[in-house]
Amino acid sequence: MTRKASLALEDGLVFQGLAFGAEGEVYGEIVFNTSLSGYQEILTDPSYKGQIVAMTYPHIGNYGINEQDEESRALWAEGFIVRELSPVVSNYRSQMSLDEYMKKHGKIGIQEIDTRKLVKHLRDHGAKKGVISTVDHDPESLVKKARESKSIVGADLVKEVTCSQPYEFRETLMKGFEWGEPAPGKKVFKAVALDCGIKTNILRKLVQHGFSVTVVPAFTSAEEILKLEPDGVFLSNGPGDPSAVPYVVETVKKLIGKKPIFGICLGQQILGQALGATTSKLKFGHRGGNHPVLDLKTERVEITAQNHGFVVDLDSLPADEVEVTHINLNDKTLEGFRCKKYPAFSVQYHPENSPGPHDSDYLFQRFYELVEEANGAAV
Amino acid sequence: MPKRKDIKKILIIGSGPIIIGQACEFDYSGTQACKALREEGYSVILINPNPATIMTDPETADRIYIEPLRVEFLEKIIAKERPDACLPTMGGQTALNLTVKAYEKGIFQKYGVELIGAKYEAIKKAENREQFKAAMLKIGMDLPRSDFAYSVEEGLEIAEKLGYPVIVRPSFTLGGSGSGICYNREDLEKTVRLGLEYSMVNEVLVEESILGWKEFELEVMRDVRDNFVVICTIENFDPLGVHTGDSITVAPSQTLTDKEYQRMRDAGRKIISEIGVETGGSNIQFAVNPQDGRLVVIEMNPRVSRSSALASKATGFPIAKIAAKLSVGYTLDEIPNDITKYTPASFEPSIDYCVVKIPRFAFEKFEGVDGNLNSQMKSVGEAMAIGRTFKEALQKGLRSLETKRAGLGADGRDKVFDRVLKTREEYLHFFEELPHNTDLLTKVCQSAGKPREDRIFYVKYALMAGVSIEEIYRRSFIDPWFLAQMKQIVDMEKKLAAAHGQAEAQRQLIRDAKRMGFSDRQLGFLWDKTEDEVRHFRRALGQEAVFKLVDTCAAEFKAYTPYFYSTYEDEDETIKTDKPKVMILGGGPNRIGQGIEFDYCCVHAAFALKELGFETIMVNSNPETVSTDYDTSDKLFFEPLTLEDVLNIYEREKPIGVIVQLGGQTPLNLAKALTDRGVKILGTSAEAIDAAEDRDKFKKLLQKIGLRQPANGIARTTDEAVRIAGEIGYPVVIRPSYVLGGRAMEIVYDEDFLRKYMKHAVEASDEHPVLIDKYLEDAVEVDVDLISDGETAVVGAVMEHVEEAGIHSGDSASVIPPFSLAADRVQEITEKTKLIAKELRVVGLMNVQYAIYQGQLYCLEVNPRASRTAPFVSKTIGVPLAKLAAKVMVGKTLRELGFTEEVKVPYVAVKESVFPFVKFPGVDIILSPEMKSTGEVMGIDEDFPRAFYKSQDGASCHIPDSGTVFISVKNRDKERIVPIAKGFHDLGYAIVATLGTAEILKKNGIPAEVTRKIAEGHPNVADLIRNDKVKFIINTPNGKGPMLDEAKIRSLAVSYNISCFTTLNAARAALMGVQAVRGRGLEVHAIQDYHAMLRQDKAILSGK
Repeated sequence: MTRKASLALEDGLVFQGLAFGAEGEVYGEIVFNTSLSGYQEILTDPSYKGQIVAMTYPHIGNYGINEQDEESRALWAEGFIVRELSPVVSNYRSQMSLDEYMKKHGKIGIQEIDTRKLVKHLRDHGAKKGVISTVDHDPESLVKKARESKSIVGADLVKEVTCSQPYEFRETLMKGFEWGEPAPGKKVFKAVALDCGIKTNILRKLVQHGFSVTVVPAFTSAEEILKLEPDGVFLSNGPGDPSAVPYVVETVKKLIGKKPIFGICLGQQILGQALGATTSKLKFGHRGGNHPVLDLKTERVEITAQNHGFVVDLDSLPADEVEVTHINLNDKTLEGFRCKKYPAFSVQYHPENSPGPHDSDYLFQRFYELVEEANGAAV
Repeated sequence: MPKRKDIKKILIIGSGPIIIGQACEFDYSGTQACKALREEGYSVILINPNPATIMTDPETADRIYIEPLRVEFLEKIIAKERPDACLPTMGGQTALNLTVKAYEKGIFQKYGVELIGAKYEAIKKAENREQFKAAMLKIGMDLPRSDFAYSVEEGLEIAEKLGYPVIVRPSFTLGGSGSGICYNREDLEKTVRLGLEYSMVNEVLVEESILGWKEFELEVMRDVRDNFVVICTIENFDPLGVHTGDSITVAPSQTLTDKEYQRMRDAGRKIISEIGVETGGSNIQFAVNPQDGRLVVIEMNPRVSRSSALASKATGFPIAKIAAKLSVGYTLDEIPNDITKYTPASFEPSIDYCVVKIPRFAFEKFEGVDGNLNSQMKSVGEAMAIGRTFKEALQKGLRSLETKRAGLGADGRDKVFDRVLKTREEYLHFFEELPHNTDLLTKVCQSAGKPREDRIFYVKYALMAGVSIEEIYRRSFIDPWFLAQMKQIVDMEKKLAAAHGQAEAQRQLIRDAKRMGFSDRQLGFLWDKTEDEVRHFRRALGQEAVFKLVDTCAAEFKAYTPYFYSTYEDEDETIKTDKPKVMILGGGPNRIGQGIEFDYCCVHAAFALKELGFETIMVNSNPETVSTDYDTSDKLFFEPLTLEDVLNIYEREKPIGVIVQLGGQTPLNLAKALTDRGVKILGTSAEAIDAAEDRDKFKKLLQKIGLRQPANGIARTTDEAVRIAGEIGYPVVIRPSYVLGGRAMEIVYDEDFLRKYMKHAVEASDEHPVLIDKYLEDAVEVDVDLISDGETAVVGAVMEHVEEAGIHSGDSASVIPPFSLAADRVQEITEKTKLIAKELRVVGLMNVQYAIYQGQLYCLEVNPRASRTAPFVSKTIGVPLAKLAAKVMVGKTLRELGFTEEVKVPYVAVKESVFPFVKFPGVDIILSPEMKSTGEVMGIDEDFPRAFYKSQDGASCHIPDSGTVFISVKNRDKERIVPIAKGFHDLGYAIVATLGTAEILKKNGIPAEVTRKIAEGHPNVADLIRNDKVKFIINTPNGKGPMLDEAKIRSLAVSYNISCFTTLNAARAALMGVQAVRGRGLEVHAIQDYHAMLRQDKAILSGK
């Protein structure tokens, strides 16, 4: 039980703790998430590809793991850092412990370190490359390895998480955990979701809001997408640097104006780039379930789930083509925009939550209405 | 949205005296609200009869009315001040109830006062169970199945349908008064009958039992734009069935997946919208079936609460302050987060530590009380602890309770039923044997399953004996996650015990042990070392506590508010500063004898020393208080008040000294240990404190001054006690030394009782001996508060008690200025008190108690510290004594501070005590040397009768202006009752009396109807009470104990909310009050107006 594990950052900060999950050594960008619950959703969110996640809340693993709460088919985060792994699981839905789950997926975790110190360091110095090892405990060697590891900046991580084949998605929200208020008894539209690392709950929300969904790989061309005759196109979240996936941006450029588009997270960054905006890396990103976002039209605040390290530069948006719709109240960064000329909009945060609050369901409804309107106009 | 400009004056209703279910949290909330609204330029008017509050300080609000929380007074204040709006959500259930009553009488409407924060309709919808249920069903919420009963018969019918057990909840009460779990018909009849009485609307809910489910609370806020945030989730350690105020609670929730949590959050949003709380905070309680996750709503409080205070302290998010700003139209995104400064309040705090709240009980104070915990709240206070893990927070919380525990046991204080495990050997041996003693183990397991004050220790004992988590869960329904955490503590403790005598093993374990919250005392117990030895060993290994910040955001943003907790981690976050620092030790959890009064003094010290340019460091563990508001001092350490924890902070912060005399007995008890370890105590020295506590030294001191003392002696054994009492002559007052609030203090009339008592008292007095004093019967008791700088001493006030000596000073009504003493007597008392101060070299505050017995002055007690009456005296004389005391402790002279002469007040102030009897059905309410009150109110008016009358009204002891009074007095009082009875008769009251009393009255020409005693058959006095035939009661006790007939009458009076006077003095004062009020009605005046009558010297009024 008391296996050693070490964590080292590229700038020399080293922690010695205890291992859980699998054995070995992993690299990634060290980031932190402030959600108090939802570790399973976080670990299975493809957007964490290339990253090692530290949870700020000290007790993790308390309620175990169940297959219903997976956000994708795999555990994508490269490694997991917690203050204390729960010795037992306690929840009626639990099927296995976090430790078993990590082992099953060959993922490495470290616990019993001063995670607050780590988080403060990342906050003050920015996200860092790092390594967790259960085999090497030499600080010097580890720091060197961290320094020499690959950066996620400029790396195409999407190709590692996207699906290989198109598929239909038909599930809706899990019974007993339905939320949101889709308009009842309406026409079902066809949406194509471009999978850059899509979270399952986005798909469920699309189905719930009246879409039949075809998920296609990120490398699918605009022509192939149009051939599917979708009523709307959805641009998913995904890992890493938006500048590393110019092929997706090109695809989207060709879709703008042809089909109503809704993008989430990386989807917003790609839509932004397709419209000519630039993106840049935040110091330490937004990861948690408590970020206040202001809807500039309604002046209402949504508490949102967030997971992004890159952001569309607010002042790079072409003002004549784009209207800013949402702003982050913490750091005033861009959280959402819409095209003035074409039916396309996006948000930087996660209205599908999972984990996180359910304040932003209306965005799926807005997408539906946009599609409805576009189709009505076409008829 | 900008703040509202159409309102200018806002009335805030306080919560009144501290009672079970309503404590300092409403002073914390109310004070925040006053500050927040005045910051925005509103003029604030306040009504609250509790003088021991920061909110009733003249600086806190523009106009402060220390007047009873009754509709008549509220209307007078509104008529006089004409506020535009009233914020009713800051004063707990008391304020909501008053608001509802006043609204239903049309008072707000009559004067055009708008309710802000929560409208009448919203309050009704949340508070009225039927309306609440309908509202919840409307929005699709699941509830426990239930129905309303308006009679016992209806209750029985519903219970049959639902199946036992059922829960009975009366509508519209305080802190769950009258709620109860019923397992059978008999329980049900009793509980429904009582519940209907407690309910303001004669209605009870009979409900499906969901006992054993997991209980959760959400603290939510909403603004006028329907923005909604959850500030904190709380998961109860104790499953459903124990009132949340009596449960160990944990923040954040631990065992909900995100899906389950978000479902609860969605429910919270729907509920607050449907109830219609437009702006502000609410507390919503949920239950979750651990088998299938079914979520049901329990209740909702449309106001700030004990839980919201806890949530504020647990997260750093000041709910009451923000709620006040929302009530005047701001939205959450317009209000900055104080702690991060540049992020807005429209977010949900994330925390990177675990918070545990543990209730503090006082069952030992109430003979015959039922110590089982249920849906009626019984705890008198609480401690909160913060740790990086639940284990650490739990152990810190347990040692914060002021129950002499050092954590989760292994501290020499373990007691398994009647087996005391004082030494390591006894302890280890006991747990070696326990698994083999089937009977005892079964009993331990049963106790682990039964919610009582010390249940958590039995859970631990069961774990020690190897009982499985599954088995303990089966009995207790405590979530396995919590049990597993405790199991980790137990496993560590076993390793620690095994490392006895092995330095290397100890070295290897110590860090992990400290990280699980083990105190040096526990380690010392397990290793046969003293606390100091462990401390040195630990520090030599570099294992020192570090301090982390509470920052609302889990370190995501930089925090500017120095609010700390200790833990054992790598990084320390304390900030080095150059200013001279003063550390103020608070009072810990509220308990009887130590409450808000001491917190008030600590807060004043923080304010005063800030004024002088010191950096103030507050240490306290009570989440309800103003002292633990991060705004109060420069640095806040939310820590247990134990030697170890205080030294950790002292060594890190290196203050110039520590103030121990303002936080009550808790810090005072640390004075010597701190001094011995080189800590500088500011003000009166530890030596002087000892001189006042030590009998021999005290005796010499009084002799030197020329003060009499009741004949007395010290006994260490029963025989010695019997001998001394014989010499002194019965009756005697007997008590253990070094105790608080007259704990275990008794008046003893004969040897039999004395022998019985000695068994009981030695337990209470620990190793300390028992003190025996001659009881001065029918003496007048006087309390004096004094301040001294070592040179100059000034008496704050001489207070005369209404009740005779022998009743604990904390339970007596006391009056400024004295109402029956001659001027030269007051002068004598003043002079003698100053002499004592001089002799003890008091620097700071001192309280002395005297008795005047047969024309002679006797000194009963000297306390060289702030007293419970310090705030009352300060409010009355318009001089902030605690502030001045803090200043003299750092070297200012009273001359410099401009306070050199006694203040003579041209009005009268009465402090009356408030008791928790209503929560303890069947307990006798008579007063004794053992303190029982939880709080106090102040009545202030032009003369004694009026002030006394107001104090009774404030204490919910209203004297109706007509009707029947029941009189029954002991033989000694039979003659003396005559003039009082005549007085009431002359005022038109009808008199009912027991046979003996009635005969005396009739002989003196006072008509009195005779009624039977309870034991004499029906109809009797109990029937009269039940049938609302008796309006109030005068009953002086013959004896004591819950079995007595008269005790039953008194207890019944409490249940039926009938005022009951148990001393002749109080009855006489009540009569005078009614006579005065008959002549001319009462008026209301702001405390600022009273103070303006005193003098022009405004500098003293503001304490500068």
